[in-house]
Amino acid sequence: MAQDGLSVGVKAVIGREEIGALIAALSARGWRVLGPRVRDGAIIYDDVAGLDDLPAGWTDTQEAGRYRIERRTDAALFGYAVGPHSWKRFLHPPVERLWQARREGDKVTIIAEKNDEKFAFLGVRACELAAIMVQDRVFMEGPYPDTAYRKRRENTFLIAVNCGEAGGTCFCVSMKTGPKAQAGFDLALTELIEGERHEFLVEVGSEAGGAVLADLPRRPAAPEDIAAAEAVTARTANAMGRTLETEGLKELLQGNPEHPRWDDVAQRCLACANCTMVCPTCFCTTIADVSALDGTAERVRKWDSCFSLDFSYIHGGSVRKETKSRYRQWMTHKLAHWIDQFGTSGCVGCGRCITWCPVGIDITEEAASIRADSGKCQEGGNGRA
Amino acid sequence: MAGKKRLAVWKFASCDGCQLSLLDCEDELLAVAEAVEIAYFPEASSRMAKGPYDLSLVEGSITTEHDALRIRKVRRQSKFLVTIGACATAGGIQSLRNFADVAEFVAAVYASPHYIKTLATSTPISDHVKVDFELRGCPINKTQLLELLSAFLAGRKPVISADSVCTECKQRGNICVMVQGIPCLGPVTHAGCGALCPACRRGCYGCFGPTENPNTAALAAEWQKLGAAPRDIRRAFRTFNAAAPAFRTESEAHGE
Repeated sequence: MAQDGLSVGVKAVIGREEIGALIAALSARGWRVLGPRVRDGAIIYDDVAGLDDLPAGWTDTQEAGRYRIERRTDAALFGYAVGPHSWKRFLHPPVERLWQARREGDKVTIIAEKNDEKFAFLGVRACELAAIMVQDRVFMEGPYPDTAYRKRRENTFLIAVNCGEAGGTCFCVSMKTGPKAQAGFDLALTELIEGERHEFLVEVGSEAGGAVLADLPRRPAAPEDIAAAEAVTARTANAMGRTLETEGLKELLQGNPEHPRWDDVAQRCLACANCTMVCPTCFCTTIADVSALDGTAERVRKWDSCFSLDFSYIHGGSVRKETKSRYRQWMTHKLAHWIDQFGTSGCVGCGRCITWCPVGIDITEEAASIRADSGKCQEGGNGRA
Repeated sequence: MAGKKRLAVWKFASCDGCQLSLLDCEDELLAVAEAVEIAYFPEASSRMAKGPYDLSLVEGSITTEHDALRIRKVRRQSKFLVTIGACATAGGIQSLRNFADVAEFVAAVYASPHYIKTLATSTPISDHVKVDFELRGCPINKTQLLELLSAFLAGRKPVISADSVCTECKQRGNICVMVQGIPCLGPVTHAGCGALCPACRRGCYGCFGPTENPNTAALAAEWQKLGAAPRDIRRAFRTFNAAAPAFRTESEAHGE
């Protein structure tokens, strides 16, 4: 079908410099290109204008509640794991005006939002692709699709990067989401660095991807190139910082609402909401109607979190007054109820909630503790069927 | 205009910074003056009209017997009473006296201590009269003040979140300084400043006081892991909101 492009599934090899050409080609086609950059001691996602903006030669080290960037011994462009930002902040922004209204005399005019921006995301990891697909199900399926989200999503060009480094808090292998991007991308890159060689294997994932790749200088991928790329992700898969046993996890969490571990984690949890905001799948929002002194008003949607007291406020007060019940709600929704609600886990194994928790609470460790002690809890008569 | 609501701004023990936030509205000040009758605001105008007032903004804490009586008079004349800032809401920096002997302070500072008549404590307005809403901060945020006024005039609840500063950091896309090794009070501090200090790569100083359910003990334990001494933790919790119950309790748990 792709008259002026390359077919889906085609694999080619491009040089390091061609990443700059790729950014230019996307910009020329009207996409706002967003990719990794170094800022404030972290690798974040922001506008990128060319190759020089990318975090060449940088990597990160991550542990529970700890993140640092460091120099690599090579000039890898994507030699880091996921950072503090996720693509969620562009597709599902932290603060979004839904509409404005203006009053003139007795007349009220509603001003709709445009949402006509076209994003190209450069460097989407496999876990992040999985997260975008999770949010797609939340926002676009069912009887009431989110029109603003859908419009942004339909205009988004996704360039995946298969991971060459596993972060200290990564567990995509456990969640079966990575480290190799399987579907949902327009183009997928694997960075190949060996001695003097610095190239990328590119796989076409869509017609739009094929059309963009057709504009770049490239050579067909040889079997050795494909094998080298497979070796990169195989090595990463073996270096995961964390594991999460998912076998029977839904039943385990749903069967242990009174487990003593919830009290234990509540002692440590700050209820600060960082985990939910860095999570690439957490989608909860609150709506605020604001009127100004000049006769204008607007409806704004903001990220909300199940860790706030207001979140569960209904007539008569908040349902989840204690941190214990809020942490339990978050974790059991993410790992268990999500499956009932949307057909998949809400966790993609990116590890952000572990790294960016100021006190280093580790969801994999909490799950493992509940698993280890679940028998005891039932013997003690605390378990509720 | 008969329908114009009457506004009063009062000062108790304070630095005037929060009242200045109203004058600092600049671009919006004319709209405010248009929307309400500024009936009593000595900081801004020598025209001081008598009560009753529809809305009183109260700055400052109670540190003298005279002020303890005066706040009751203010309350009687005000339909709505809103405290503005850390002094009025939590007792302010001057509540450091609550942890010490105020007579010693007076003796150390004044040449003629016998001229000074002051209470042993600095207390928030809510310890003395009913308060309808509290605006946090040292100083308050002018956007929140305008939101408060707009909401009051529209007869709606102000859209002012009680979440942690972390939510504002994440909205701005700030990188968490705590996870990068800098002790920060953000996770236990009430939002409102727009995450000013973390945006400048500094830990939060807690100017907006404790959030709705602050786990200060867990945060203090993490500060210790980052190398903070008990004295540092005590001092961090003992600033503009030293007398806010959650911060006071935590500061008292750490020695010099």
